[in-house]
Amino acid sequence: MRQGVFPRLNEDTVNHELDWQRSQNRYGNPEKAVVAMSGGVDSSVAAYLLKNSGFDVIGITMQVWPVIDEGPSLPRTCCSLGAINDARNIAWSLGFPHYVLNFREPFERMVVDPFISEYLAGRTPNPCVACNKYIKFDLLLRRTAELGARWLVTGHYVRVFYSLEHNRYLMLRGIDDQKDQSYFLYMLTQDQLSRILFPLGGLKKSQVRDIARKVGLKVAAKPESQEICFIPDGDYRNFVNERRPGAARPGPIVDTEGKVLGEHSGVHHYTIGQRRGLGLALGRPVYVVALDPAENTVVVGDKEDLQVSTFTTTENNFILFDRLTGPAEVEVKIRYTTPAVKGIIAPLEDGRVLVRLSDPQMAVTPGQAAVFYRGDLVVGGGTIERSFKQTS
Amino acid sequence: MRRIYLDHAATTPVRSEVAEVMTRYLTANWGNPSSPHSTGQEARKGMDDARKYIANLINASPEEIIFTSGGTEADNFALKGVTYTRDKKQHFITTKIEHHAVLHCAEALEKEGHAVTYLDVDSDGLVDPDDVRRAIRKDTALVSVMLANNEVGTVEPVAEIARICREHGVLFHTDAVQAVGQIPVDVKKLGVDLLSMSAHKLYGPKGIGALYVRKGVKIAPILYGGAQERGRRPGTENVPGIAGFGKAAELAAAELNEHREKLTRLREKLIEEIFRRIEDVKLNGHRRRRLPGNVNVSIKYVEGESILLNLDLKGIAASSGSACMSGTLEPSHVLLAMGIPREVAHGSLRMTLGTSNTEDDIDYVVDVLEETVKKLRAMSPLASPGRC
Repeated sequence: MRQGVFPRLNEDTVNHELDWQRSQNRYGNPEKAVVAMSGGVDSSVAAYLLKNSGFDVIGITMQVWPVIDEGPSLPRTCCSLGAINDARNIAWSLGFPHYVLNFREPFERMVVDPFISEYLAGRTPNPCVACNKYIKFDLLLRRTAELGARWLVTGHYVRVFYSLEHNRYLMLRGIDDQKDQSYFLYMLTQDQLSRILFPLGGLKKSQVRDIARKVGLKVAAKPESQEICFIPDGDYRNFVNERRPGAARPGPIVDTEGKVLGEHSGVHHYTIGQRRGLGLALGRPVYVVALDPAENTVVVGDKEDLQVSTFTTTENNFILFDRLTGPAEVEVKIRYTTPAVKGIIAPLEDGRVLVRLSDPQMAVTPGQAAVFYRGDLVVGGGTIERSFKQTS
Repeated sequence: MRRIYLDHAATTPVRSEVAEVMTRYLTANWGNPSSPHSTGQEARKGMDDARKYIANLINASPEEIIFTSGGTEADNFALKGVTYTRDKKQHFITTKIEHHAVLHCAEALEKEGHAVTYLDVDSDGLVDPDDVRRAIRKDTALVSVMLANNEVGTVEPVAEIARICREHGVLFHTDAVQAVGQIPVDVKKLGVDLLSMSAHKLYGPKGIGALYVRKGVKIAPILYGGAQERGRRPGTENVPGIAGFGKAAELAAAELNEHREKLTRLREKLIEEIFRRIEDVKLNGHRRRRLPGNVNVSIKYVEGESILLNLDLKGIAASSGSACMSGTLEPSHVLLAMGIPREVAHGSLRMTLGTSNTEDDIDYVVDVLEETVKKLRAMSPLASPGRC
């Protein structure tokens, strides 16, 4: 039965399939799986696939933010009342229990507060990475065990399999290039990977939508939200200012030589690579190339000043091996929306990593994740710490 | 799967006798009680009878009972209704452990410019009547202290507080939603001016409650419309609900002692068994001055949320903290007000007993609870080794 609906996986995910089979009713006893459900199409289909494969499914929706009754105008984010109700309805129609877990306090402490502090420190944080690291795959994974479940399941587009050759869990990009979410999951440890299933990794989004439609899941036509879940209107500047009144201190906008060109309204109002909204009329386009909260300056320069080929990363995690012991050729992705480019990573002291790109990239942004690949294989990744001016 | 319901403080099942009466007023006697014709009069009769039974349950007169949409409206009616009889800014006294229907209403009054004093409670959840005495000011209009707390079951010294209020010429309201039907409630003995109740906590339907307003107490309406309820609460009456409430009150009055004894026996067994079989447990609320059906324990080193979900997966319905709109749990403001640390409050579990529960249920629940706690503590980074 499960073969019919369960996606056929292509050759290079055979191991992934094996992993699946390993988990199926080994002793005729269905294994328990907690599915993280946002109410959206991906996690709903993930829940359906699990249920349909004979797992004993428990649906969980994490509430990480005060419930927003979205009304007609706002999109459905993961914490809206509508999203929680959608998840509950799907669980009900598929016939498994569903609970809402309250993670508001830890989310505030481990995702939102650091998000604000990072902006004020002149960096551009990635709250989805923090949420995956501290909430979804730590707290929720703990709750999963507490509910007696062997597996935590999410609707991320990424493939994980156990490699006998490497003697560890490895991660591949999702089959669907457009949807691949490995960029947000490079921080998963071997222990975490051994307890998580990603049933959508071998599927294309269109197939997921087809499954949703075929089985009548009521979510198939929903638009996808691209915004940060706790800032549905996308105005992070306003959010930071409301949370930290008085943090916005005006200061000088300077060029790369230190010459004052104008005034800024607060360092955290700017991001690396920003061109518009600087209030400068210089007769040529200038870009934000650096933010210096210590000096309270915004540094602007020409497009060439934005080109960076060398930077360091911190808080690194590797999936392909435990530790980076020498230089390695990889492809580097410096933001979710840009393709990976060739580069070399080399270990530094304190676990930091030096990244040298073969071609310079625009706007390498401190605070964002840099993820290292070898083809579809995820090598690892870290947080961009600082970039270095071209010396060549 | 065996299912055991231990959340009677949240709501109770409607008794079959109640459902039967309600059906009559939904189908046969469906008239509008304000209509002068026979169809209307039949509905009016049902409502009048119900009012007598409800008044009788709390030793009031029928004309002192005003029907509302439930306990929340009754609480809002009491606070706002007293406020709006006067034009000037006033002072209110309540406690930190009230139901949100009182607390959030008091906060709304603060926003309107009135002053509110929120009294502390001791570690058992008890209000000190002397604190009330000390808090009373010249402009104090109303004191509101609940009769029994919904979370920890502590029964407050309401008669004494009411006496102090009377001495000072201040009106006194009590939210008796959890108490009515569980313990004897006599408005004359208590000496209260206003008292809130709700039908669905005593095996009646949801969506119907009442405010007792002592004869002679002035109260302004908070809704405007027709002349129902002597002009104090407009809107065509919820006759099936009222009739069901009446039947539930009639049964509650007749069975009060039996019900109370049974629940107290089960409660004591549950508390004793939990303490006998699980280490590092603390009973929240007063040991003796508590509602017959209430057990609230903090189980150290575990999350209440995890216990609750594990119990539900085994068919046992309990509660932790207070329920809110999305079904998630917040650390209880009551436990925090009692000085219980946040992390211990997070591990709280409330089990509230009702008529359907048996001794056998208690045995089963304690078995499951012991096993669940053992399992969770084995995973908890907070638990020290060697503990249960």
